[in-house]
Amino acid sequence: MKNIVILGGGTAGTIMANKLRQALEKDEWNIVLIDKEKTHYYQPGLLFIPFDIYKKQDVIKPKMNFFPSGVDVIFSEIERIEPDMNQVVLVDDKHIKYDILIIASGTSIRPEQTPGLMDNLWYNKIFDFYSLEGALALRDFLRKWEGGTMLINIVDLPYKCPVAPLEFAFLADEYFTKKGIRDKVKIKYVTPLSGAFTKPRANKMLSGLLEEKNIEIIPDYYIERVDNEHSSIVSYDNRELNFDLLAIVPLNMGSDMIERSGIGDDLNYVPTNKSTLQSEKFENIFVIGDAANLPTSKAGSVAHFASDILFENILSFIENRPLKAHFDGHANCYIETGFGKGSLIDFNYDTEPLPGTFPLPGIGPFGLLKNTKMNHYGKIMFRWMYWHLLLPGKELPIEPLMSMAGKCEKC
Amino acid sequence: MATKVYVNKEVNVNDEGFLTDPSQWSVDIAREIAKEEGILLTPKHLEVINYIRERVLKGETISMRSINKSGIVNVKELYELFPNTPLKLACKIAGVSKPASCV
Repeated sequence: MKNIVILGGGTAGTIMANKLRQALEKDEWNIVLIDKEKTHYYQPGLLFIPFDIYKKQDVIKPKMNFFPSGVDVIFSEIERIEPDMNQVVLVDDKHIKYDILIIASGTSIRPEQTPGLMDNLWYNKIFDFYSLEGALALRDFLRKWEGGTMLINIVDLPYKCPVAPLEFAFLADEYFTKKGIRDKVKIKYVTPLSGAFTKPRANKMLSGLLEEKNIEIIPDYYIERVDNEHSSIVSYDNRELNFDLLAIVPLNMGSDMIERSGIGDDLNYVPTNKSTLQSEKFENIFVIGDAANLPTSKAGSVAHFASDILFENILSFIENRPLKAHFDGHANCYIETGFGKGSLIDFNYDTEPLPGTFPLPGIGPFGLLKNTKMNHYGKIMFRWMYWHLLLPGKELPIEPLMSMAGKCEKC
Repeated sequence: MATKVYVNKEVNVNDEGFLTDPSQWSVDIAREIAKEEGILLTPKHLEVINYIRERVLKGETISMRSINKSGIVNVKELYELFPNTPLKLACKIAGVSKPASCV
């Protein structure tokens, strides 16, 4: 009997467990999945909680609901991976041997890495919206807030779902407008990037929307610390910005278990072949989702597209065939832009988001880099698809590799 | 593709003036790019630049934090060496593409 061990039962780990259990004989391959947490969070939904659009129960379900039968699930913290021994060590010192290891341990926010961030203003005037606790605390704060200066600040790159803070800004604009206090709120978008987004065409479209909604962009800003006494943030080049409310995207880092295993980079991401998804160092270790150091977005759609590629390559690896499936870094992100509209970007390692229609050329129904009601419905429908099709590893009507069909390079 | 001439050598650049082929880079070219940006290269600048080149050519991504951890300079000192947009500026002078973590 051989062992595949999957570290992490989030989006990527759950999809892989489902795909592999279906494909592999139960009397030949044992599948073990290890995770420390029992709750699955629908992470794209956290963004809607501060604005009273989603409730807590809309975004959480037990992880066990999504693991197939025939997978041994262990809920435990992982102490470390010992790649030379082909084993994983749990905190209770239990050793688990593997023939193939899949690292899907994700990334998480690290507010403690920015001096002053978790001081007395934390969850008082400063909130994150990447955790359920943060999103709920921010919801309670916003219900009572009467206005002032709201800063949205991104600490550093890379961070999960690069469009999320933009969506947050757009939804906040709508929320304050409907509450009748938009004229009393200044919204400032403070980012280490040189603009709203990194890629030129998407940047132009999204900067235009920010301007239209009277949201100020403060670019090239690297926060050094929070000054709790003055209720301000201070950058490395000493630019001080005051706030009455700070919505922060804290530093993101991979799991500490990666650091303890000595197999990660400065931010605990695992060096991974961007095409085959095999670890750069160990041939029986594969990495998927946010845990990898791939030069693409840290996003659920990427994990989902990568899962088809990884599945093929693991089957090849098992049969000693060359790894022929190649990932292109495909990402597909619906962007909520407020007032019942949305935009959509579809891109990969080499192709920036382009205008056009998706997935069908000329028909859509979704508009790329356009601001439409249909795109918003796409995002709303996606929650159902996520729970019912995506996590169980079923076929979705979108190909894993990016397609140029429907995209226009010269538009 | 656009080209530019530095110290009598033609190099390929993108529309923001970043070298698209890091192998065309030399210290003399770095001095010229730095001059355009109003920076006089010192040995400390070069130490940072060599560190960035080494990392990027190995296929690793470079970030503010990795430079902070490099032991060469901390972030404050990096701002003093390469004002306003240090990471971008340092990458430009190092002849490598804009930091790839910006996705």
